[in-house]
Amino acid sequence: MNETITKGHFSEEQIDKDLLKNVNWGGKFKLWMGFLTVSLIICLYYYYQQLQNGLGVTGLHDYVSWGIYISNFVFFVATSLIGMLVSSVLGMMKVSWVRPVARIAELVAVAFAMVAGLIIITDMGRPDRLLNVFIHGRVQSPIVWDIAVVVTYVVISALLLYIPMLPDIALCRDKLNNVPKWQQKMYKSLSLGWNSTAKQFRLMNRYTRILLVLIIPIALSIHTVTSWLFAMTLRSGWDSPIFGPYFVSGAFVAGCAAVIIAMFFFRNNYKLKEYITADHFDRMGKLLVLVALVYVYFNINEIIVPGYKANTADAKHVHEMLYGHDSVMFWLVQLGGLVVPFLLILFKPMRKPLPLTIISLVILAGAWFKRVLIVVPTQLAPYYPIQNVPEGWTGYSPTTPEVAITVASFILVLMIITVLAKLFPVVPIWEVKEDMNHKNN
Amino acid sequence: MNMANKNDKSRRSFLQKLGIAGASTVAGSALLLQGCSDSNKASGNKVKVLTADNKLVEVDVAHLKPGDKIQDLSYLQKRGREGIPGKKFVMVVDLAKCKNARKCMKACQSAHQLKPEMHHLNVLEMEDPVKKTSYWMPKTCQHCDNPPCVSVCPVDATFKRQDGIVLIDNERCIGCRFCVAACPYSARTFNWTEPKNSDKMADVTYDMELNVPQKKGTVTKCAFSADQLRHGKLPYCVSACPNGVYYFGDQNEDLVTNGTTKKTVRLSHLLEENAAYTLMPELGTKPSVYYLPPRESEG
Repeated sequence: MNETITKGHFSEEQIDKDLLKNVNWGGKFKLWMGFLTVSLIICLYYYYQQLQNGLGVTGLHDYVSWGIYISNFVFFVATSLIGMLVSSVLGMMKVSWVRPVARIAELVAVAFAMVAGLIIITDMGRPDRLLNVFIHGRVQSPIVWDIAVVVTYVVISALLLYIPMLPDIALCRDKLNNVPKWQQKMYKSLSLGWNSTAKQFRLMNRYTRILLVLIIPIALSIHTVTSWLFAMTLRSGWDSPIFGPYFVSGAFVAGCAAVIIAMFFFRNNYKLKEYITADHFDRMGKLLVLVALVYVYFNINEIIVPGYKANTADAKHVHEMLYGHDSVMFWLVQLGGLVVPFLLILFKPMRKPLPLTIISLVILAGAWFKRVLIVVPTQLAPYYPIQNVPEGWTGYSPTTPEVAITVASFILVLMIITVLAKLFPVVPIWEVKEDMNHKNN
Repeated sequence: MNMANKNDKSRRSFLQKLGIAGASTVAGSALLLQGCSDSNKASGNKVKVLTADNKLVEVDVAHLKPGDKIQDLSYLQKRGREGIPGKKFVMVVDLAKCKNARKCMKACQSAHQLKPEMHHLNVLEMEDPVKKTSYWMPKTCQHCDNPPCVSVCPVDATFKRQDGIVLIDNERCIGCRFCVAACPYSARTFNWTEPKNSDKMADVTYDMELNVPQKKGTVTKCAFSADQLRHGKLPYCVSACPNGVYYFGDQNEDLVTNGTTKKTVRLSHLLEENAAYTLMPELGTKPSVYYLPPRESEG
């Protein structure tokens, strides 16, 4: 596990050239950003509608008062957790093959975590009163814990992206002479006067290490606390003591899939085949197998234990999932989105870049719908019957504005990743060089 | 409560003597004035008045706006949060008497300005799984002594008062709906769109004890008609019932009054003699609403 798997031997100049060439504002980028911007504006129009007319424009109602916004929030927090697993856990174990993809994992983490905070605001009935959370915040509410840890996680993830990037920012400052003035200025101030002295490296490594340690409990707590938004209630289907680890294990599945997709995109579009190799995909695939296995195990516990019991409210909830109202979605998600992909990637040919990316897309979609399955069906099975309300309130189907606002969150993530990946090299140049030197000596 | 009413009366006559017709009257020691607007010209006649926070101030008579109701938001907010000292309100619902007349639901919806699909009080048709019969069960907020909704509220917008009532401050609610998710009794409802009569209600000062005017994007629920209790009256639903289903009263006094017959009985006897129960006691929420079982013969 410990050898580096960057192919071939390149001169340092070649590495600089290969990895810096994507730091530019090409036509392709402008086209892509233009497309994202137009789509975002369309989606924001729907958000404006929601602000005007209230949450009534969504498919939500008194019995399903949390729908795809909250599911999407859980999904985003989940996906962002991968930054911690790849850069921190594997990084500290000195698993050096992850080094070229660690920055991609951090980009995914920062983007998803940032947007997760915004999604929560779209779910609020009174976003104009957001400040009340700070003015009147009460410590015993899991929402307050969640806000605290999500904000902390965004900050630490951003630092974890930034600090190990200092040598590369300095490189951009020194080598990129044909970028706009503001960009040169930005590199200059962001590089904090970096000039590659041994002392600077020592300091950087020390701070990175502190952050790597810090991020583990914080990442675990953001998703554990997110699971507690449900587990702390008395509702059947949510009231489960294993929700914390269940969510965390699911998070790594979604995150791994997201990183694999991002890797594939950067590898092809940025022509980084020599740096992000087929071997990287193979190993990310193996990591995905591992985390999916843990997740399958938690799913079995979460379903069989309550399902075995005869007539409790929890059992009814599980039976509804297995062969009732929600069964089609349930089996599609569990088999199609988790078990089958997991079995497929046990085979080496399926861990090649293209098949693995396709499988990851399926897993990621499954992971999204899985969150809906966690959030919605519980609310449709309250302890007391749903009566004297409009007929539609016995079910839930998201409306166009709701879907558009959810799509907007994905567009924002893509925008953040795109811009960051155009401002900075996506593969850590200095680390690749270091590995290369290490190998040559 | 009697004490409070007496205070109200004496203060009213006091104010009338001063020539300020029907100025705000309140329980407790505060005398309340509605906003002094600058547009009025000073008359030169000054009076000394006591503000809600016990300060003596001198105000020009022309600046006093007469009003029958207390219309100062901050005063209402403070009063709403404090509750009525020495009380512990309870409700007893006699399921054997409920014939699904739904007068309670109607009275509730009109008092609280609710749309037809919004229920502070919902009369449910319940199945008895053992006897295969059904009965009608009015379900309000249970005003739990251990309320899950209050624990999860991130901003203290929903809270438990000293008199046992769980209220919502819709001036503070951020609309996260965590309380809706946390309530095992599905007692809460949300203003998904602009509330009923919102244009007519625009000038009404918000009273959290009635939770009116309703506000878009905030949660609402049964308040045990705290506004009625303040005047020594029974809740809207309780007095609207034609069938004698509801009893309401004070646990500290151990007395409850039937809303239909107006007969007052001992709470402890009523509960004991009729094998009263609470909803889902196993959850440990400790409801303040007791149910007397439905009649066995009815189906």
